Amino acid sequence: MATEHIVVNCTINGESQTFLANERDSLLEALRDRIGLTGAKEGCNNGNCGACCVNMDGRIVNSCLVMAAECEGAEIRTVEGLAMGDQLTPLQNAFLEQAALQCGICTPGFLVAAESLLEQNPDPSEHEIRYWLAGNLCRCTGYDKIIKAVQQAAGQSVV
Amino acid sequence: MVTAQSQPQSKETEQYNVIGTRPIRHDGVDKVTGAAQYGADLSLPGMLAGRVLRSPHAHARIVSIDTSKAEALDGVKAVITNADFPRAADAEIDTGEGTANLRWVLDNVIASDKVLYKGHAVAAVAATDHHIAEDALELIEVKYDVLTPVLDVRDAMVDGSPLLHDSLHTKELDGSTSDSASNTASHLQFTKGDTEDGFAEADVVIEREFETSMAHQGYIEPHNGTAYWRADGTLDIWTSTQGAFVVRDSVAPLLQLSPSQVKVTPMEIGGGFGGKIPVYLEPLAALLSQKTGRPVKLTMNREEVLLATGPTSGTYMRVRMGAKNDGTITAADVHLAFEAGAYPGSPVGAGAMCSLAPYDIANQKIDGYDVVVNKPKTAAYRAPGAPQAEFATESVLNELAEQIGQDPLEMRLKNASVEGNTTAAGMPFGVIGNVECMTAAQESPHWQSELEGPNRGRGVAQGFWFNIGFESSAYAQVNGDGTVPLVLGSTDIGGTRASIAMQLAETLGISSDDVHPHVVDTNSVGYTQVTGGSRTTFAGGWAAYECAMDIRKQMEQRAAQVWECEADDVTYGDDAIIRGPADEDGNDRQFTFKELAGQLATSGGHIVGRADVNKTSSGPAFATHIVDVEVDPDTGKVDILRYTAVQDAGTAIHPAYVEGQMQGGVAQGVGMALNEEYFYDDSGDLKNASLLDYRMPTALDLPMIEPIIVEVPNPGHPYGVRGVGEVPIIPPAPAVRAAIANAIGVHMTELPMSPRAILDATVLDED
Repeated sequence: MATEHIVVNCTINGESQTFLANERDSLLEALRDRIGLTGAKEGCNNGNCGACCVNMDGRIVNSCLVMAAECEGAEIRTVEGLAMGDQLTPLQNAFLEQAALQCGICTPGFLVAAESLLEQNPDPSEHEIRYWLAGNLCRCTGYDKIIKAVQQAAGQSVV
Repeated sequence: MVTAQSQPQSKETEQYNVIGTRPIRHDGVDKVTGAAQYGADLSLPGMLAGRVLRSPHAHARIVSIDTSKAEALDGVKAVITNADFPRAADAEIDTGEGTANLRWVLDNVIASDKVLYKGHAVAAVAATDHHIAEDALELIEVKYDVLTPVLDVRDAMVDGSPLLHDSLHTKELDGSTSDSASNTASHLQFTKGDTEDGFAEADVVIEREFETSMAHQGYIEPHNGTAYWRADGTLDIWTSTQGAFVVRDSVAPLLQLSPSQVKVTPMEIGGGFGGKIPVYLEPLAALLSQKTGRPVKLTMNREEVLLATGPTSGTYMRVRMGAKNDGTITAADVHLAFEAGAYPGSPVGAGAMCSLAPYDIANQKIDGYDVVVNKPKTAAYRAPGAPQAEFATESVLNELAEQIGQDPLEMRLKNASVEGNTTAAGMPFGVIGNVECMTAAQESPHWQSELEGPNRGRGVAQGFWFNIGFESSAYAQVNGDGTVPLVLGSTDIGGTRASIAMQLAETLGISSDDVHPHVVDTNSVGYTQVTGGSRTTFAGGWAAYECAMDIRKQMEQRAAQVWECEADDVTYGDDAIIRGPADEDGNDRQFTFKELAGQLATSGGHIVGRADVNKTSSGPAFATHIVDVEVDPDTGKVDILRYTAVQDAGTAIHPAYVEGQMQGGVAQGVGMALNEEYFYDDSGDLKNASLLDYRMPTALDLPMIEPIIVEVPNPGHPYGVRGVGEVPIIPPAPAVRAAIANAIGVHMTELPMSPRAILDATVLDED
């Protein structure tokens, strides 16, 4: 059971990163254990919950289902890369103002997924938001306030 | 800094400055930037990673465990089994949700002579890397003598059933214990009036049997626990827990340490719903740390969470209820048999006490049985026991209304518990909002609307939960700039830093933004009970209130000292102005809070307010829910079309988080109603131990959930608070059942009412 280690060069949140990955590491494990970015969370480790959602080369992926060794040359954005310094994104502000989180463990995944939705579809319907976020499980909120936060960030009026 | 959402306060909270507003939560920014540190995010120098070996069998005797090959693997630093723990005392300990025998607590953490459910921990490994720890598990050789599992609560109660515990005898109603060993741990009963007389008065009597599946709390964050046992014998634990003091008071006796040797730091917690009260990993991490001299972090994966941590009970229930043609309920007989899982301690007692509490019924008999089976030990889950018990009673009540031809809300109003009534369990009601919830539901746009279309139906149900109070502690200092750090012992699971800080701010007359709440370790704050029982905003808020009153008094004294007058002549107003008697020239003397705060350091020193409360005046919670569904007759799938949740919050401190509790409770209740189940095969193997197959509601499964907050202030709290977290999980299942019956004319008798169950009851019945 000898373990191989692999050098991986990629861009994470706009910065060049070189790290040594265990050949068995997922991207999630590499982010958390090798690089020290713990914003992406492990909820299930098999792609069912979306808590580890990150943006990889413009697509949202469950980082638990991507091998770290696959990330050579990749551009990765995590929840830590959303805000510019102390300037939160409109979506992050909307999550706070709409009380769209309770425990907060699913929030990083929802934010990364919803930012990606708004990039691709700046004016989504409620159904489109629900469909896009159906891969992210939240157990606290019943989703209402998350949907409303996305609507607010899209500039829609929220009742 | 971002600003709060501006929404008007309710009529009831207009009298307040802070209460009833919706400020941004204090921990919000950390939670939208990824900065918040949850238990699994912790990293310490020299830290080892641990994994747990778990039983592949539901019921087996452990013949032998050989760890030598695992210990020899490069990178493995320690392997432990139950034999490495000190022999547990035969004593009861407070587990945060009642008491339990320490031996059984240890046995559930790591099995001794028998494994009692699939996933039961057998050994634990610490290694330099979690991949190595996983490899090591495969090298541990365990020989089992496999026994017949007991998987159904009724089978378990039959004489001659295989026994989980040779030492378990039934605790009978008279307090005696049964002569022979049994899987039935206890029988309890509550009675009122005479049910035979009551049924004789009834024009209509309905009796139904129900079966409900185990269901999991489903928090998104798996359990974790990190420990560092220092050479001086002190033990540090970091964990995502609902109760840091419970962890301390469970781990210390398991390891024969003094509570003073154990410091527990509650990390941010990724959901709990009751399931993160018991200890699972913390004692294992501690012992592995002692053996290695290094910090050890253990985390569970999702399969382990579903296999081995506390679901709520599966049940068999039978309810017989009778009513007169005018809708008066004359008698109810309730039989509840709850699976406790592998060790005694199901929530059947709470379920029994809640089951008929919304109604003033003259004749009642409620029997409850706590029964062990070869499934994971159940843990608290949001209003423990009540969703099952009230599913049964509310369902029969709805059928009675249907048979009599009475509106189900009218029938509830006719029988509703009100102030002065006493439940069968002897609980007297004070000021409650039971009727107010029902009438608010009647007046809601949802109830007033028409529902049209084929296979569509509407249902309604009521819910009751006690809420609790008990011990909370807080202290707060006044800084020179008038800001106030507030130190708390309650894990913040859904916005309680904000709801407690707001009550401190209200009492001091300052802004919520000027209060900075912090949740700290067990050595840094007074004893505080679990975040659970809907107690945190109630008792934590009361501690904050008393803490603020302490500060007010000290600031009056300080002002008196500055003004050289009697403290009795100084008053701290609710507007945060400290007023004294006129000076020699007849001029009014006053300080704003901030002015006096700025002079504290130079006028005698800083001020710290503190409070420890232990309250039993909690205010019960009631809820009324309305749901519209559409049933697909071909697939059996039920869609939720519209949902309205009415609930008495007493006073809604932060209405957005009250709404969030209501909506989240509905989502879990709908999951329990329609999809969530523990699917075991005959060998006791859980066949759906993943979040793909344990099907919790997604964003696509639910509509917007309309919250209607009713405020009947609790006279037993300075700000009228009742708990809000638990009651909203109760009405969804019976309301959905009634809606399904209204849609397709079929009265379901099991939970979940999954497509399979609906087809069994409809299409397959027709063959």
